[in-house]
Amino acid sequence: MVDNEVKSILLAGVGGQGILRASDIICEAIMEAGLDVKKSEVHGMAQRGGCVTSHVRYGRKVYSPLAEPGSIQTLISFEKMEALRYLKFLRKDAAIIVNTEEIYPPAVNMGDAPYPEDTISFLKKHYGKVISFNAAEFAQKAGNIKTANVVLLGAASNLMDIDQSIWQNVIKNSFPEKLVKINLDAFQMGIDA
Amino acid sequence: MKVLMSGNEAIARGAYEAGVRFAAAYPGTPSTEILEEFSKYDGVYAEWSPNEKVAVEVTIGAALAGEKALAVMKHVGVNVAADPIFTVSYTGINGALVIVSADDPSLHSSQNEQDNRNYARFAKIPMLEPADAQEAKEYIKLAFAISEKFDTPVFLRSTTRVAHSKAVVTLTEPEKYKDKTGFTYNAEKYVMVPVNARTQRVEVEKRQQALKEFVEIFPENKMEISNPDVGIITAGMPYNYAKEVFPNYSYLKLGMVYPLPEKLIRNFASKVKKIYVIEELDPFLEEQIKAMGIKVIGKEIFPYTLEFDPGIIKNAIERNTEGAVSPYKKSLSPRPPNLCPGCPHRGLFYALRKQKVYVHGDIGCYTLSYMKPLEGLHSCICMGASIGMAHGMSKAMKEKGKGKVVGVIGDSTFLHSGITSLLNVAYNNSDALIIILDNSTTAMTGMQEHPGTGYTLMGKEAKKVNLKVLISALGIENIKVIDPLDQKATRSAIKEELAKDGPSVIIAQRPCALFKRANIKPKPALKVDPDKCEGCKACLGLNCPPISWKKGVTKEGSKRKGISFIDETLCNGCGLCEQVCKFGAIS
Ligand SMILES: Cc1ncc(C[n+]2csc(CCOP(=O)(O)OP(=O)(O)O)c2C)c(N)n1
Repeated sequence: MVDNEVKSILLAGVGGQGILRASDIICEAIMEAGLDVKKSEVHGMAQRGGCVTSHVRYGRKVYSPLAEPGSIQTLISFEKMEALRYLKFLRKDAAIIVNTEEIYPPAVNMGDAPYPEDTISFLKKHYGKVISFNAAEFAQKAGNIKTANVVLLGAASNLMDIDQSIWQNVIKNSFPEKLVKINLDAFQMGIDA
Repeated sequence: MKVLMSGNEAIARGAYEAGVRFAAAYPGTPSTEILEEFSKYDGVYAEWSPNEKVAVEVTIGAALAGEKALAVMKHVGVNVAADPIFTVSYTGINGALVIVSADDPSLHSSQNEQDNRNYARFAKIPMLEPADAQEAKEYIKLAFAISEKFDTPVFLRSTTRVAHSKAVVTLTEPEKYKDKTGFTYNAEKYVMVPVNARTQRVEVEKRQQALKEFVEIFPENKMEISNPDVGIITAGMPYNYAKEVFPNYSYLKLGMVYPLPEKLIRNFASKVKKIYVIEELDPFLEEQIKAMGIKVIGKEIFPYTLEFDPGIIKNAIERNTEGAVSPYKKSLSPRPPNLCPGCPHRGLFYALRKQKVYVHGDIGCYTLSYMKPLEGLHSCICMGASIGMAHGMSKAMKEKGKGKVVGVIGDSTFLHSGITSLLNVAYNNSDALIIILDNSTTAMTGMQEHPGTGYTLMGKEAKKVNLKVLISALGIENIKVIDPLDQKATRSAIKEELAKDGPSVIIAQRPCALFKRANIKPKPALKVDPDKCEGCKACLGLNCPPISWKKGVTKEGSKRKGISFIDETLCNGCGLCEQVCKFGAIS
């Protein structure tokens, strides 16, 4: 890593998807790897189905917990259409990991607005690297649908320069013992996805 | 030891490290986690008070006993607590008193965006402002030290970005708690009758002078001179944003935002050619610095409203009018927060809507019902306002307002600041109908205890206020208790009480669907029978997240153009939609 380079990850999705827990895990792993890290998040009304985002920023020395628009290298979108909402924050060569699960916003539920089509092909057209899969299906295979966030983390870990042993440790420390195995499995599925 | 901490966790930790063992607060985003975290430390006393004014008064009492006491609230909470705050500035505090004000630039979860640095100047109370979690931990300690040294309350201001960002924090060994409590009698200092207050008023100015000298050598007012051309004066989180995009400029970072270090600022101004003052919201630093006769650039290029980010600062200074843009040009459906599946508030507002009344709302989860299609409220100003506003409108409208004006308020909000206005409803004989939404918790801010829940912040069982008895004692005679998920009962109670002359209160009682202690047994998800559904969209009027409507599913012999669906994974089986469906299609 260049001396003063600060990297940024944006996690985005819908309240209740485990986004903040996932960004905590990323930060812990970065910290274990010996780097400075800051993250920002907005919560408070997160349980009530609204948009949730978290910026994670890391490097030798980090000042701002918020990234400048146009500067983020990695987007992890926990829901398909949410990937489209924050593109202004991304660099042109950003990598995008998208969960293809769809959660309808109220206007779509009412039949008043369409759910965006062709999201993945749009992203592929504009960005260098797009990895998309249904994280919920993997999570189910791992044994608990709630581990979808950790599946996405596994995929994200492929793009980061952090030892697998650090990830494993952080995951072990992040969950009650009986949930560790399931989460490690989910993480591995994300790596292989 | 290094740990990842939010600003709020760090404030709690810092207070604990400073030997603080006494704290009181009322929840409010972005401050809530401070007391939740603080209450977990060994040997502390921490309480949810019914409102911020009470919390401040409780901590003043503790401070007068000699304790180091911490009061915590969101920015608008300081409005509620302003009365004691302005006068405790006169009396001083004997032990130590720090008031945390958590401001919310961008109104992420607030009704306004007030800049509480103005309170520091207004009440003549020093204010520190940290820029991240590590500083938050250190500054709360410094705040207590300043409070002790100058016999003054001290503000610590955080903002949402400091409160809810995480950073690497180095922990230090907590100071050992020393019990210094005892009675100190000093009526001249603590009884604020005019003759004593006049004397203390002069003491306040002396303290201001002493503080003005202190801030000149306060080590957290930091000058970094690297570039003789451009200097930035800033404080708090905007310092980080600016450092990010302009790492090579010179900086004067103010750890204390009131009072300002005039000599230091002049010194800085003499070392750089051009100065930008970078601050969110009001030109608080800027105006004071300009009043010193120093030329600076501030709000002529930086926004007055909303929080900053590194891009805003860069674009303002470089005069870029175009920021980064998204390649996606179509509009995306917004995703506003909504009432949860199974939320009892939904039932109440669905029934209320049918009555065509003017509803004065209040602050809590139920405020979310104002959106289409529920359109449950027509006004909402601040916590506790609904009852007074309903009464005022009802009186002003006279006969025209009869049976037409309603005030709706949550249980935590009612106990926060609704009791006095309900007393007024009884006293001045109002025709307004008041509905208390009793979901057994403070849901909006994340399920905090309050005097109606039967538990304290420390997890102890507590006296649980009996709402019905309380309301009756205020002088209200018509009181009905209903279950808002029972539409028939709710509708008829509303109708009956609206028809009555004089004050009426309905208590809509059912625990929040997310409330763990209520131990609500999950009911099976409901289903739409596609043979019976007529596609009338009545169920969509509930705005319940699992219910959706799909076009194009037609039926022979029916005019229907589509059909409702229920997402089983989201449905909590509350049964409201079943009651709303006229065709018996949902079960
Ligand atoms: C003076 C003030 N303090 C705190 C808050 C933060 N706040 C908003 S709503 C709310 C509590 C709502 O609880 P309740 O009235 O029981 O409604 P619920 O969310 O449970 O439906 C709080 C504490 C505020 N907006 N204003």
